[in-house]
Amino acid sequence: MSSEVQDKVIEIIAEQAVLEVSDVKLDATLEDLGIDSMGLVESIFAIEEAFDIQVPFNANEPEKSEFDISSVGAIVTAIEALVAEQKGT
Amino acid sequence: MHRVVITGMGTINALGTDVPTTLEAFREGRCGIGPLEFRDVERLSIRIGGQVRDYDPEASFNRQQIALYDRFTQFTLLAAQEAVGQSGLSFAGELAARSGVVLGTAGGGVTTWDENYRTVYEEGKNRVHPFVVPKLMNNAAASHVSMTHNLKGPSFTVATACASSNHAMGQAFQLIRSGMCTVMLTGGSESMLCFGGVKAWEGLRVMSKDACRPFSANRNGMVQGEGAGVFVFEEMEHAKKRGATILAEVIGFAMTSDAADIVMPSQQGAARAIRGAMQDAKVNPEQIGYINAHGTGTAANDKTECAAVADALGHHADAVMISSTKSMHGHLIGGTGAVELLACILALRDGIIAPTIGYEEPDPECALDVVPNVAREAKVDVVLSNAFAFGGLNAVLALRKV
Repeated sequence: MSSEVQDKVIEIIAEQAVLEVSDVKLDATLEDLGIDSMGLVESIFAIEEAFDIQVPFNANEPEKSEFDISSVGAIVTAIEALVAEQKGT
Repeated sequence: MHRVVITGMGTINALGTDVPTTLEAFREGRCGIGPLEFRDVERLSIRIGGQVRDYDPEASFNRQQIALYDRFTQFTLLAAQEAVGQSGLSFAGELAARSGVVLGTAGGGVTTWDENYRTVYEEGKNRVHPFVVPKLMNNAAASHVSMTHNLKGPSFTVATACASSNHAMGQAFQLIRSGMCTVMLTGGSESMLCFGGVKAWEGLRVMSKDACRPFSANRNGMVQGEGAGVFVFEEMEHAKKRGATILAEVIGFAMTSDAADIVMPSQQGAARAIRGAMQDAKVNPEQIGYINAHGTGTAANDKTECAAVADALGHHADAVMISSTKSMHGHLIGGTGAVELLACILALRDGIIAPTIGYEEPDPECALDVVPNVAREAKVDVVLSNAFAFGGLNAVLALRKV
């Protein structure tokens, strides 16, 4: 199932990975897509700008973060939850 | 003690985007200073500068590089590319481990600071791009040069205001002379031509509204420039063994501190640095054919500098040629000594002395041969390059023809 949030998140990740949107699959990890830690924080910045939300993420301990980055699908789910929580939609 | 030679040079500044164009401008006495063009310039009272015009970052860098490179880093990388290309060097293995980068900058990523302060203060946003810190840090340019060219030895950045580049090149010289390194990329860059950068200088009330006229009696201040100059300094035997073209030899360096005033220059401090560079180079005043002056066009610098030169060179001060190319490219602050070293190489290699343009009226307090307005042909064997910084930090280099 596609959503506006999903499309935008995938677009941001695709741009960061220098890939076509169609090449970014939900089950892919950031590593699969060649996005390193700098690329990750840049993507989070772009996501925050796009949705006007705060993403709780500390690059020192990504595994302890409430924000699940284990796959593109997990990121989309997390962003959908954050948008709903912070924007009340 | 190892001897040190220059085997590559690169630049981008208001006079041109490479060395040949810049040297041509020096020969022609062309002025690169003009109206500043950037956001909010109408709120400044100083509206001229030596700006790098028609600059398109996308012609040289990809989107991800631009996100990470402040303008001062971009300028540095372009100049470094030209210098390394000319030297014919590529860095791998033992040579990479024995080569490094020492660069000067006074402000580092000033435009990055400016743009992001604007974002959070003026626009009231609470979020900035994640690369703000790696983009604005003073060592960003040196680090990117080391990464781009695989230089794995000592790399660092020197910040001594207007003497940054000369101090940096002095360190590079000493690292090779002492045997610690084989090749050093060195020089400096600056890019503070943005609203906040010029506004800060405006506050000091030392800037000219119309032109930079060093040594001229009607001079009325400095004009800021921007850009970069990068050189390949190489241990002489290493350069000879590989048949490199040698542009000049670096033969001496001295640095002194006035320990007196945070902005006013000192004749004694400057003279000690000039004398020190000659002693280090083991040359007499009579051997000096040309001095690239600090020559900022301020009332205080130019008369103090002329007095210091007269003091250090004695009778020979009347015979030496001394010019300030800041009249053409503006004052590049932390990058200025690097761009000015090009005029030293032009003098040694091509026998052309770059002029002091904008010279209109003799000043009895600057009664030296300042090569007014028109370049001159002259054979010179040894030259000096002066840099005297705010904070009373002086650095002078000596070069010889090869």
